[in-house]
Amino acid sequence: MKDRIRKATEHVNQNEGLIFEKSSPGKFAYKLPPLDVPEVDAEKELGKAARHDLGNMPEVSEIEVIRHFTRLSTWNYGVDTGLYPLGSCTMKYNPRVNEAVARLEGMANSHPYQPEKISQGALLIIKVLSKCLTEICGMDAVTLQPAAGAHGEMTGIMLVRAYLESKGNPRKKILIPDSAHGTNPATAAICGYAVENLKSNAAGMVDIPSLIAQMNDDVAALMVTNPNTLGVFEQEVHKVAEIMHQKGGLLYMDGANMNALVGKARPGDFGVDVMHLNLHKTFSTPHGGGGPGSGPVACKKHLEPFLPVPVVVTRPNGALSFDYDRPQAIGRVRAFYGNFGMLIRALAYIMANGPDGLRQTTEDAVLGANYIRKKLEGVYDLPYKTPSMHEVVFSDRLQTAKGVKTGDIAKRLIDYGFHPYTVSFPLIVHGALMIEPTESESKEEIDLFIDAMRAIAQEVEEDPSLILEAPHTTRVRRLDEVRAARQPVLRWKPQESKTVAD
Amino acid sequence: MKTMVDEPERQAPSRLETVMRYLPKSPADREAMMREIGISSIDELFSPIPAEYRLKRDLDIARAFSEAEIVDYFRQRSAENAAGFKIFLGAGAYNHYRPVVIDMLISRGEFFTAYTPYQPEIAQGTLQAIFEFQTMVCELTGMEVANASMYDVSTAVPESVMMAVRVTGRHSAVVAKSVHPEYREVLKTYAHYQGLPITTIGFGNDGRVDLKALEAAVTDQTACVLVQSPNFLGTIEDVAALADIAHKKGALLIVSIAEAISLGIVKPPAEADIVCMEAQAFGIPMGFGGPYCGVIGTKEKYVRQIPGRLVGQTLDRDGKRGFCLTLSTREQHIRREKATSNICTNQALVALMANIFMTIHGREGLRELAIQNLAKAKYARGEFAKKAKVLFDGAPRFNEFVVVTGDDPHAVNDRLLEQKIIGGFPLKKFYPELGNAALWCCTELLTKAAIDAAAKAVTQ
Repeated sequence: MKDRIRKATEHVNQNEGLIFEKSSPGKFAYKLPPLDVPEVDAEKELGKAARHDLGNMPEVSEIEVIRHFTRLSTWNYGVDTGLYPLGSCTMKYNPRVNEAVARLEGMANSHPYQPEKISQGALLIIKVLSKCLTEICGMDAVTLQPAAGAHGEMTGIMLVRAYLESKGNPRKKILIPDSAHGTNPATAAICGYAVENLKSNAAGMVDIPSLIAQMNDDVAALMVTNPNTLGVFEQEVHKVAEIMHQKGGLLYMDGANMNALVGKARPGDFGVDVMHLNLHKTFSTPHGGGGPGSGPVACKKHLEPFLPVPVVVTRPNGALSFDYDRPQAIGRVRAFYGNFGMLIRALAYIMANGPDGLRQTTEDAVLGANYIRKKLEGVYDLPYKTPSMHEVVFSDRLQTAKGVKTGDIAKRLIDYGFHPYTVSFPLIVHGALMIEPTESESKEEIDLFIDAMRAIAQEVEEDPSLILEAPHTTRVRRLDEVRAARQPVLRWKPQESKTVAD
Repeated sequence: MKTMVDEPERQAPSRLETVMRYLPKSPADREAMMREIGISSIDELFSPIPAEYRLKRDLDIARAFSEAEIVDYFRQRSAENAAGFKIFLGAGAYNHYRPVVIDMLISRGEFFTAYTPYQPEIAQGTLQAIFEFQTMVCELTGMEVANASMYDVSTAVPESVMMAVRVTGRHSAVVAKSVHPEYREVLKTYAHYQGLPITTIGFGNDGRVDLKALEAAVTDQTACVLVQSPNFLGTIEDVAALADIAHKKGALLIVSIAEAISLGIVKPPAEADIVCMEAQAFGIPMGFGGPYCGVIGTKEKYVRQIPGRLVGQTLDRDGKRGFCLTLSTREQHIRREKATSNICTNQALVALMANIFMTIHGREGLRELAIQNLAKAKYARGEFAKKAKVLFDGAPRFNEFVVVTGDDPHAVNDRLLEQKIIGGFPLKKFYPELGNAALWCCTELLTKAAIDAAAKAVTQ
């Protein structure tokens, strides 16, 4: 069966222990300049507050630091390695020019409290990016302060609450479709709202009769993801907005999937009041093994007075400046001004694309997902036949007959040289395979993926144990996650190293 | 080009396919894929969007820029920002030397372009690095467990307070006024929506928390006491005394740390129940305020209430050591509205910077670095004290100190800018009672000459 695996070949990789296991006294990876002021006696300076030793902190040389992290890196799979079809996470190419410009001296080394007169470049970047995002979303205003998508959700729902409070009643509940990301209900709870589940209809969309039945004066907002987590555009989203607005509620859009709409449709045009964006999904900032994110929130005029402080304004003399004097603002959601380094990268990405590039990017993302859908439908079960946008959700129904589940197919994909898709999400599809190729894949790479998925389906029929035991080619095999949770070992300690060393 | 969104320059879209360098499909590929799907125009795929909501014009943003133009645009912006200044600002963002190794390593695509390690077999690099990060944070802070990171410390502060609320089942917090004012503002925002009452406690003449006022404020309804050490005024708190007061009433003590380098020479707050730390000082660029890297550490007994991701050690099917995300039943993707937090993304790549920085400096280097900061700040304090008033001298401090000048510190700072010096942080905005006081910070990057120049200018 090995001849079916065309993308990857096994190769030697290096073993590497924990850095603490390599440490020994007298090794150094640093050198400080000589002290040019009088030496101090720390004991005398700090008294009882003085520290005497740094425990098990490592002592290694520079080449060992380089080798340690280089070896670790080779155990990872990244977008740079190949197709990374993690649905809803949007693993697109991270342009390198973004990294170069974010590291310019005046950007990377600027202090958040340095005087505004020597921060005009940074302020202009905030202003220009705000304007771009406002236009892309069809909204009126934006805050760049939230540190990640979930943080943006929280900020957005706080805006909703502050707005409703200003009208006299914050209301009690947030409606959330059953297909939503887990962050949505968790966010509603953090903002002091009860969560009410809204079921999806047979097409995988918000069920309008249920919404009408559940919408009342207690409901502050509906949080809808559009396209939703099935990769389906909510075709009646404008009606949803109308229903919410008629009863005095607001429509929040989770913009996790905005990469399916940029340049093709604008949430502000179809009735959304407030939404967040994930700069690491739609605007190419790096995912970095799980962050940093950045979660700007865009809103309509009626929510603007409540945006977090500060906001960037232009003073009469033309200078850019932070405005803190906003009496209705929800306050601050983060120190300073957000993940500024990510804002630079997002702006560089928008500039590299322009209006045509952004539109083509969206079209290519949707084209890739639909091509995969067409090529794999029938090989894998497609539970919702509603047209797909940027991602497609299959189920493992055809494979479970042989005892193979979505998680097993995912592990076998690793042997084929691919990162797996998103496993078992959205929850409304039992045994979901959520596939999002993004625009960053060539037809050749997508075809290799399709071949791999087809070959695995074949293997399920011929030899399911091969799948159940996968992966076979990685440096560790399937890990005992139950053990990890039942007997948590969350840090290294000297004595434990002896019992479990490689 | 400066106001590019105000004057968008257009170019015809006809050459598009040949100019969009990030897109790998050729026109022929697109044709073939559309044929396979059975469509003749790409717009057919967008037909689920009702026609009246489909955008029929170009987005009103600037035309596509070449790479050279992008670099040029940001070089101009960079030049409008400060560069090459001597920086005496701290106050939550610290100017330390960043070894070149850090950016070399984090730029490896396998770290930089990977995502959350949901598939541990092909993410052992990220997972082992986080496990090492968690370990080093524990070693430095005196905590038993630490998470994989939080957005930053300002958001880790309210998360820690909410954690204390869950642990104690109590619903109010006592907060020191000497905690970074912006962290307190973030806490206030979160607390408002949680209906969580907060009492603020002032500081004494030595800059430390007023223990008597604290003792009076903590009740058997208090979930936690939140302090910062070194605090916003640069003073190192007596953590053991604070812990006693909190614990006597059954409240938890939360210690936030803004300047992580202090841990090289300052006793860790081991008496605390929760430590929330900003790791920016560990090799993360000041970057005009972010991205930074918060982290929460705590006692083992509270681990199931900690927010954010955790990496744990386990074994694979062959008994080989490996690492995976664990205890995820705390998290939103499983628990939804009952989760410990709504946090999803953390700051993995930034945590990796901090990790590499800690590894480079290690057991000896962090100490030596901290001592240099201590020495520079002590020297500067002495020089400033010759002609200006230095406040809060009665308690130990690390690399920050408060100086009162005759002139408004903004005027002083304006004078200093002419000498390419960025002066201390004027405290009037947050502490009007301190008058013309400013918070100064001296890291290892300030030479004696720079300190002498600043001291001279300040006391002119």
